[in-house]
Amino acid sequence: MFVSPPLPATPPTEKLTLAGVAGGLLALLLALTDADPGRRQLWFYAALGLVSSGTLAWSWLKFGGHPAGVQQDNLWRRASTARGAVAWATGLALTGFYVVLYWFSDNDGLGHFGLLNNLVHALDGFSHSLRARPADQWFLYGTFYTLAVLLMGARALWKYRHSRYQLIRTASVMFFQLGFAFLLPGLLQFFQQPEFYFTYFWPLKYDYLFPGTVTSLLHNGGVGVFMVFWGAVMSLVATPVLTYYFGKRWYCSWVCGCGGLAETAGDPYRHLADKSRAAWRWEVRLIYPILGLIILITALLWAHFATGGTLLGDAGNVAAKWYGFAIGSVFSGVIGVGFYPLMGARVWCRFGCPMAAYLGLLQKHFSRFRISTNGGQCISCGNCSNVCEMGIDVQQYAQRGAPVVRAACVGCGLCSTACPRGVLNLENGPREGRLQASQLIHADSLRILS
Amino acid sequence: MHLVIVGNGITGVTCALTVRRLHPEARITLVSDESAHHYSRTALMYVYMGHLRLQDIKPYEDWFWPEQRLSLVHATATALNPDEQLLFLNDGTALPYDQLLLATGSKSKRYGWPGQHLAGVQSLYSLPDLEAMARDTHGISRGVVVGGGLIGVELAEMLHSRRIEPVVLVRDGHYWASVLPPAEAHLVDRQFQENQVPVRYNTELQEILGDAQGRVRAVRTTAGDEIACQWVGLATGVRPNIALATAAGIETDQGILVDELLRTNLPNVYAAGDCAQHRQPAAGEVPIEQLWYTGRMQGETVGHTICGQPTPYRRGVWFNSAKFFNLEYQTYGQAPAVATAGLQQFYWEHESGRQALRVYFRAEAPHVVVGFNAMGLRLRQVVCEQWIQARTPIATVMAQLGAANFDPEFFPQHELAIVAAFNRQFPEQPVLLKQRKGLFARFR
Repeated sequence: MFVSPPLPATPPTEKLTLAGVAGGLLALLLALTDADPGRRQLWFYAALGLVSSGTLAWSWLKFGGHPAGVQQDNLWRRASTARGAVAWATGLALTGFYVVLYWFSDNDGLGHFGLLNNLVHALDGFSHSLRARPADQWFLYGTFYTLAVLLMGARALWKYRHSRYQLIRTASVMFFQLGFAFLLPGLLQFFQQPEFYFTYFWPLKYDYLFPGTVTSLLHNGGVGVFMVFWGAVMSLVATPVLTYYFGKRWYCSWVCGCGGLAETAGDPYRHLADKSRAAWRWEVRLIYPILGLIILITALLWAHFATGGTLLGDAGNVAAKWYGFAIGSVFSGVIGVGFYPLMGARVWCRFGCPMAAYLGLLQKHFSRFRISTNGGQCISCGNCSNVCEMGIDVQQYAQRGAPVVRAACVGCGLCSTACPRGVLNLENGPREGRLQASQLIHADSLRILS
Repeated sequence: MHLVIVGNGITGVTCALTVRRLHPEARITLVSDESAHHYSRTALMYVYMGHLRLQDIKPYEDWFWPEQRLSLVHATATALNPDEQLLFLNDGTALPYDQLLLATGSKSKRYGWPGQHLAGVQSLYSLPDLEAMARDTHGISRGVVVGGGLIGVELAEMLHSRRIEPVVLVRDGHYWASVLPPAEAHLVDRQFQENQVPVRYNTELQEILGDAQGRVRAVRTTAGDEIACQWVGLATGVRPNIALATAAGIETDQGILVDELLRTNLPNVYAAGDCAQHRQPAAGEVPIEQLWYTGRMQGETVGHTICGQPTPYRRGVWFNSAKFFNLEYQTYGQAPAVATAGLQQFYWEHESGRQALRVYFRAEAPHVVVGFNAMGLRLRQVVCEQWIQARTPIATVMAQLGAANFDPEFFPQHELAIVAAFNRQFPEQPVLLKQRKGLFARFR
C-alpha cells in the first residue's frame, strides 16, 4: 500500500568510485585465478589499490559532500542496506569467503593453501618483511580484516565527523586493530616470539587460559610469562575494574577487533539488528549458555591437566575442539561476519560472544555506566532503536524516561548521536540512582522484557 | 469499567497505559481510523527520508496491545449518544462506555487559498498525508513549502533528502518569528543555506496555480512572483479535530472545551491532547496545546482522573525541542521571541554559528532565571527545570552552568566562553565558573 518510489540517481562521480571498487574485486578474482605468479602479484596489489582508493574516494564524496550531521537518507530503501538483492549477494560472498577460508585453505604441508593459495602467496613478500616468514591463510585474512577496518573506519570518520565521541572511538578501534591485532603479532613473530594478541582475552580468545596455551607460553620464558600474566590479569582483574568504571564499551566498541570490524565495515548494516522481544529472548538463550560452556570446558581442561589426564579422559579436549568448530569458526566467522548485510554487524557479539556475556553481566550489575535519558524529551521517533547494532529497543527506555542499563549495550553511542532531540547520553555516573527514571515522566510500570 | 478512547495517538495511548497501570481490571478500548496500531506522528518524516520503515515508528510491538489487554478497533467513530453512553462506529457497531476520552487530535489548517484543492497540494499530519507525499513528490524537481515553523523545515528536509529542491515561503522577516528571537532564527537560516534550501522571507502564498489536469504547476506569492513547482506543502499549523464532539453536542470553541480535570460539559466524557481547549488556562499558558509532550502529559493526567484520582492538568515548566536540519534546539521555561518588560536576556553564540545559548532572567534583583534557549547544545532538563522552579539567580546558574551540560563525552565544553561572555555583557554581576560538566554534581 505504501508507495516507495525509486531512489534518487547516484551521482556520476560516486558511480565512478564504486566502479573502482568493483574493478578492484574483479582484479582480486584475476589474482586468484591467474596462473602466472608475477601477474598474480600485480593483480593482487592493483586490487588492494583500487578497492582502497575507491572506498576512500566514495566515502569522501558521499559523506564529505554534505554538511556534517546524521546522514541516513534512504538507508532503508537501498538494496545494499535494506536486505535487497545486493545485500544477499554480499552476504553470500562473505559467507562463501569464510567457508573457503576455514575449511578449504589449509596448508597441505607443501605450502599450498587450497582455494586461496594464489592470494596467500601474493602476500609472501609483505609477510616476510613483517613477520620474517611466508604468508599463510590467516595472514591473508588478517590483512583483509585490517584493511576493511581501516578503509571503512575512514568512511565512519567522515560520516560521523560531527561527533567527537564517534571520531575518537572510531580512531581507537582502527588503532587497536592495526597496532595490536595486526602489526604487533607480526613483529613478535619477526623476533621469534609467540604470536600473541594483547587485545583478545579469555573467554573470547578462549585458548589463552587453556592449560595447553599457558604451558607452551610459559616454556617460552620472559615474554611468554608476561603474556600469560597479561592474559590472566586482563580477563580476571582489568575486565571487571574497567567495566565498573566505563561499562562494557571500553572493550566492545573501543578495543575489540570483532567490535572494530562491526563498527567500521558493519556500520552500514547496524540498523538491521532485530529489535523485537523475540530476538532478545534468543539472545539470552544463546549467549549465557555459551559463556557457561566455555567456562566448563576451561575448567575441564584444567582438571584434566591437574590430575595428569586421569579425570574424564580426553573429554575436555574433545569439547574444546567442538567448541572451536561450532562457536569459534561457524558462529563468530561464517555467521558473525557473513550475515552482516542481513542481520546487522553484531550477530556474533550479541548472540554468541562469551566475552560480551561476561562483560554484559558486569555492566548490568557492577558498573557505573548507563545511558541517561533527558527528562521527558523523547518523542518516540525510533531513531535510537534503529541505529542500535545490538538490537536494543532503546526507545522503550527513552520514552519512559528511564536510563538504559542493559547487558547487551556496547556503548557505541550511536543512539545518542542519532537522537534528534538530544535525549540520550552515555554517562559513567555513580551507582547510586543509576536505575532511577526521570521524575518528569511517569513511567508506565508495564514490563517490556519478560 | 469500560474506558473507550477515540484516537490512538500519544494522548490516547498514554491515557490507556496510565489507566492500565492504575486500574488493572479496567476494560480499555482504543478506536482509531488512521492506523491499526499507535505510531509516532513526529517520526513520519524519517519514513519518507528512508531512515526508518513504517513498522519502525510504532513505539510498541504489536504483541504489546493484547498482552496489556488493550483492545484496538480500527474504525471511524461517527457519532455519540451521551444519554445511553454509546459510541457509534462506521462499521455499524455501537460501543457502550462508562468513560469516554476524546483524543481526536488535529486537522491541518487551510486558509482558503485559491487552488488549495489541486492535486499535489497537501499538509503533513497523518499517515495518509505521508502516503500522498511519497506518491506526489515522486520524480518531481521542485516543491514549495508554505510556512516558517517546525513542519515547514521538516518538509524542506524531506524534499531535500530526495534531491527535490524545496522553496520555503516564510511570512515573517525571519524563521519561526513567533517563537525564536532573530539571532536563533539566523542560525536556522544558516542551516537552510548550508543545505542549499532557498527561503523567501516576508513572503506569503497568494494562490496556487494548476495545469489542465488539475495538478499544481506553480504558486504565486504575495511578492508577485510565480514559482514553478510540482508539489505544495502547507505547513501553516493545525486546528483541533472536533467534528465528533460538535455533532454530539459537546461544548466547543476552537477546540473541545474542558476544565482543569480535562472534563467536557458531558458526564463521563473527557477530552485531552491537541483537540482540547482549556476553559481557563493557567497564567502564561495557551488554551490549546498541540505538542507531543503536552499530549502525553494530558493523557497521563486524564488517566488519573478517569481512575477516580481527580488530577488537575498542570503543565509544569514549559519545555520543547526540535531539530532544524543538523541544528538541535531545546527550550525550557519562559523564552519569548521578543524583548519583554521586566525580563533581561543573556545571549552567547559560538563563532561557528552552530551553538548558542540564551538565558532569560528577571531585570530586578536577584535576577531570577526564567527560561533557556539552547541551539546546538544539549541541556539537562531536570537541572534547567530545577533552576527555574527554585527561582535561582542568574549568577548562580552561570557559576554552575556545567551541571546542565548534557552534551556527549569529548564534545567541546563552552562554559568558560559562555561565562566570559556573560561577564562582558553584565559586568555588574561578575561570575566565576565553579562547575564544569560533571554527572549529578548539580546545583542544590
